[in-house]
Amino acid sequence: MEPMAIVSIFVLSVFVGFEVVSKVSSTLHTPLMSGANAIHGVILVGAIIVADHSTTNLELGLSVAAIILATINMVGGFVVTDRMLEMFKGNKK
Amino acid sequence: MNRTLYDLIGLAAGVAFILALKGLSHPKTARRGNLIGAFGAALATLVVFFHTNEGSSLPLNNLGWILGAIAVGLVIGVPAARKVQMTQMPQLVALFNGVGGGAAALVAIVEYLNLGDTATTAEVIFTVFTVIVGCVSFSGSIITFMKLQELMTTRPVIFPAGRFIIAATLVSVLGVGGWVVNSLGTTPLLILAGLSLLFGILFVLPVGGADVPIVISLLNAFTGLTVAASGYVLDSTLLIIAGTLVGASGTILTRLMAEAMGRSLFGTLFGAFTAKPQDVAAAGEERPVRSGSPDDVAILLNYARRVVIVPGFGLAVAQAQHTVRELADLMISKGIDVAYGIHPVAGRMPGHMNVLLAEANVPYDQLAEMDEVNPTFGQTDVAIVIGANDVVNPAAQTTPGCPIYGMPILEVNNAANIIFLKRSMRPGFAGIENELLYDPKTMLLFGDAKASLTKVVSALKAL
Repeated sequence: MEPMAIVSIFVLSVFVGFEVVSKVSSTLHTPLMSGANAIHGVILVGAIIVADHSTTNLELGLSVAAIILATINMVGGFVVTDRMLEMFKGNKK
Repeated sequence: MNRTLYDLIGLAAGVAFILALKGLSHPKTARRGNLIGAFGAALATLVVFFHTNEGSSLPLNNLGWILGAIAVGLVIGVPAARKVQMTQMPQLVALFNGVGGGAAALVAIVEYLNLGDTATTAEVIFTVFTVIVGCVSFSGSIITFMKLQELMTTRPVIFPAGRFIIAATLVSVLGVGGWVVNSLGTTPLLILAGLSLLFGILFVLPVGGADVPIVISLLNAFTGLTVAASGYVLDSTLLIIAGTLVGASGTILTRLMAEAMGRSLFGTLFGAFTAKPQDVAAAGEERPVRSGSPDDVAILLNYARRVVIVPGFGLAVAQAQHTVRELADLMISKGIDVAYGIHPVAGRMPGHMNVLLAEANVPYDQLAEMDEVNPTFGQTDVAIVIGANDVVNPAAQTTPGCPIYGMPILEVNNAANIIFLKRSMRPGFAGIENELLYDPKTMLLFGDAKASLTKVVSALKAL
């Protein structure tokens, strides 16, 4: 990919990231952190790509470990966030 | 699947992540936001099975291994997330974050092995970054997990010359990083990973109990950045977008949390470098305290006009949220004005108490935030502190140099009477003695919070 395109994507994503969470009440800090935590579990995609590339047993072993860890991060993260937020149900301000 | 379609679906997943973070920032849309995020992640994962870069073909190589590994991850992750107790959620989040960082570091290592000599300098630099930060996030998160799970001391661990050791480790990490970029070898990369793991441990050890949530949030932002860096190496726009979003929003969130706790972010981050060994205060000295019975407490409450309940981690441990609501309802039926004083970081995480009380269906309008409730303590007859300690410790205002100095507290010391429900005289998470326990207007009720509250409820009913 063009280096300039990558820099643009990066800078714009930084601003979007800053903007979307800039005014969040302290009540939601924990679920928001947990949700963001689940989102970076998308490294699973990267782990699958490198598993596809793997040619040696070492590479394959490491990528299998990466897939396991990433799946735990992603799926566990979304499930635990949902459980936290379930508690807020029916308590509208 | 052609590259354009693949990238478009990746873009859709990126948009889903933005909407997820946006949704998670508001109470009403939070749950939907999380589901949108999960949808984006599922979509991104699914589509990668139908796309290959030039030179390889479908189905993916090692497909059996890939699917098997995902199944193993599901079998571990889902039950862990479903069965965890409310009180243990913070450390589970720390653990999930750590394994994410570990995964990013492993991905970078495999891609590095795979590229070998064909790697460009930029790719190597991003690989080095991912390995360093991913390993720091992994080992640092494991230490925060152990602190929160109380597998190790929750106090800051400070050793002689600690800051020089930490600084030396950081310098070697950077030095070896430079070595990898220059000489391209597997051995230097593995040394780099080892040193980074060590640095992660040393970085988090000096962090005191109350600052642990801030560190988890920071490591979360770190992991996001490693995902973005892997995205560059793997030529995946989606990983760049998702990783950067988490890195940026995580940084802001870390700052917001630090502000809510009245902590300097800089002080927290570089505590490792500035921490000096402290004189441990003469702990364990025997001083008289006034302890009471559930009946004494019930009588005090019965004649009160205004009562403020201050919940803390002890409430979560005892799972006493339903009992405390029962007590509050009973007092309200007797015409007593009742409010819950919620410290933003009571418990182990910001918002911990709100979640817990919401589970017991405590009406939202009875929950008062710190700024709201503090001016009212002067007119409050009784403050009931349930398993909280550091968040009401006046030392935060009166003792410069103590670890929580400067943290805003709930000023229960202004109330006419204070009741502490405690398991023991053990100090709070920050490990500091609380003078308030020895105050003449304080009454202590020892025991499990749920058992104590149940007794108070029945005593109050009998009056």
